[in-house]
Amino acid sequence: MRFVVRERGAFAYTGARPLDPALPSVLFVHGAGNDHSVWALQSRYFAHHGHNVIAIDLPGHGRSAGPPQASVEAIAAWLADAMATIGIARYAVVGHSLGALSALALAALQPTRVERLALLGPAAPMTVSDALLDAAAHDQPRAAALITGWSHSTPRQLGGNPVPGVWMMGQARRLLERTAPGVLHIDLRACHRYDDAAAAAAGVGCPVLFMLGERDVMAPPRQVAALQAALPNARTIVLPGAGHAMMAEEPDAVLDALRDFLR
Amino acid sequence: MTTPKTHRFDTLALHAGAAPDPTTGARATPIYQTASYVFPDTDHAAALFNMERAGHVYSRISNPTCAVLEERIAALEDGVGAIATASGQAALHLAIVTLMGAGGHIVASRALYGGSHNLLDYTLPRFGITTTFVDPRNLDAWRAAIRPETRLLFGETLGNPGLDVLDIPRVATLAHENGLPLLVDSTFTTPWLIQPFAHGADLIVHSATKFLSGHGVVIGGLLVDGGRFDWDADGVRERFPTLTEPYRGFHDMVFAEESTTAAFLLRARREGVRDFGACMAPFTAFQVLQGMETLPIRMARHVENTRALVAFLADHPMVESVGYPELPGHPDHALAARLLPRGCGAVFTFNLRGTREHGRRFIESLRLFSHLANVGDAKSLVIHPASTTHFRMSADDLREAGIGEGTIRLSVGLEDAGDLVDDLGRALHAAGKA
Repeated sequence: MRFVVRERGAFAYTGARPLDPALPSVLFVHGAGNDHSVWALQSRYFAHHGHNVIAIDLPGHGRSAGPPQASVEAIAAWLADAMATIGIARYAVVGHSLGALSALALAALQPTRVERLALLGPAAPMTVSDALLDAAAHDQPRAAALITGWSHSTPRQLGGNPVPGVWMMGQARRLLERTAPGVLHIDLRACHRYDDAAAAAAGVGCPVLFMLGERDVMAPPRQVAALQAALPNARTIVLPGAGHAMMAEEPDAVLDALRDFLR
Repeated sequence: MTTPKTHRFDTLALHAGAAPDPTTGARATPIYQTASYVFPDTDHAAALFNMERAGHVYSRISNPTCAVLEERIAALEDGVGAIATASGQAALHLAIVTLMGAGGHIVASRALYGGSHNLLDYTLPRFGITTTFVDPRNLDAWRAAIRPETRLLFGETLGNPGLDVLDIPRVATLAHENGLPLLVDSTFTTPWLIQPFAHGADLIVHSATKFLSGHGVVIGGLLVDGGRFDWDADGVRERFPTLTEPYRGFHDMVFAEESTTAAFLLRARREGVRDFGACMAPFTAFQVLQGMETLPIRMARHVENTRALVAFLADHPMVESVGYPELPGHPDHALAARLLPRGCGAVFTFNLRGTREHGRRFIESLRLFSHLANVGDAKSLVIHPASTTHFRMSADDLREAGIGEGTIRLSVGLEDAGDLVDDLGRALHAAGKA
């Protein structure tokens, strides 16, 4: 679905279905240097099981025109505008990594609109190493390789993709490499600088789900403890053995958890 | 400096796509010899059919043993995924029909395997897909042959049988300037000698029958997607409606929206393999996997033996010429040094002095080399292209493809190089008496 936000073209995957005002809606928000396709299996399931799906491309990513938003708060504000443009008043938000932080900020910004909040692979603070920030600024293919290596659990680095015939490491890296020059660095800097998670959590009134990868080294489960404490009523699911790229590594487990949470 | 946490080629050749079997602990990849797969419940079944959940439905479309092989070749080629097919020809056909229908046009190198030439020149025109063949070394010819209806450029990493080295970087650049993908057949090279995606190619086909398996006991093919070509770019998307427009055959799926990096692969599996049905058998995939485990050490030995035979033949009085790109006289010598630093494979041709009778006597006097129509076996092979693999071509076409009446093609195996030299020497001596 193509639409216009702030006079720039934007895109959201809807499972090739028109939006139906009578159905509940789910907004999927991808992470740094990615696009809507990281949600391929999960978003398609909901689109074909009684939900409107808006798996959005953030500005400067995928099919949405730039410029990329430079902070988590700015991404959240853009998402609020996008949902207003699309004309959906109330919705659930599912975010991964940078998208999880943006979803959190959006839930705080629009507490009457966001009905449920699923945070996959969040961390607060989401510290990004100088080495990775530097690579993202000066050598994007290397940054893509670093992120891909760190985002997958050790066994999955040798494959065994539940999706037949797809080499998970190659696909993850190629998607990152496609990001327009500079965008990945802006995304990672937004992660690194975001320090408002506790305040945002205080503004969240809807049910919250944390989904964490047991072997996530990009956003280690221990890095989310403070945020969990700030959202004491949230449910937490730890995916055994999974790394940061949990939607690809454990697509069914992620889907099952979301299905239980969003029903 | 922080280094990426990834595995290197030789490790991937042994492990990519595979893990000990979770049910039995079997270390080798099991042969999942099954047509179909039990669904846990009806919702799960529907979700599998509609690509909402990952898994297998029916072995024509995917199979766990084949999937290991598909991941392995994708890992070794540094692509995003692959499809295992019934043969190399099936892989080439699948690539073409995924991208175009009647009215589509291909620009291809004229230095192709005879089977590929048959498909493009004689068979596909019957279905409305035509091909213009060009001298692979002539970039202007490639450029001049591109038309508004062109959908694909195609060549072999090492042309058959003259070992024309495809200048992948330049042909890929030309293709991309025209909004077109470049498909290469890397059967002769395997990813150990060259990774075509790193040089700009977009799609790769292999005959897995050859060096990848190495044992000459199976027929199989692989189609690999590099994941870089942007099918949905402005000025490009209109050319590839199979990937960028809703497909009625799969709930109006727009493949380029469904997968940013693997749209081609998705369509090829969800339409091409589903409907044309040229899938690989799981037992074949198992056997190819056994071969690929040792690909790095086999290819090193293939190249080492080939260099020894090339050196021997180049100095032999019965030999008029040897066509191997590592020789200074080969037209692609400099290009080969750049693109193929590990070697130019283990298939090459040489021209025997004398008549057709000298050639006959030579081939029939060989003892270790087997006279047959294949390459890439662990055992050394020999053939006379003019009377076998390329016999359908006219004399002019043969000449243009660099094949003469005295041209002999060798596929050098893994035997002791000294024994192979002895065999060639004996046969050349016998030929000299003809």
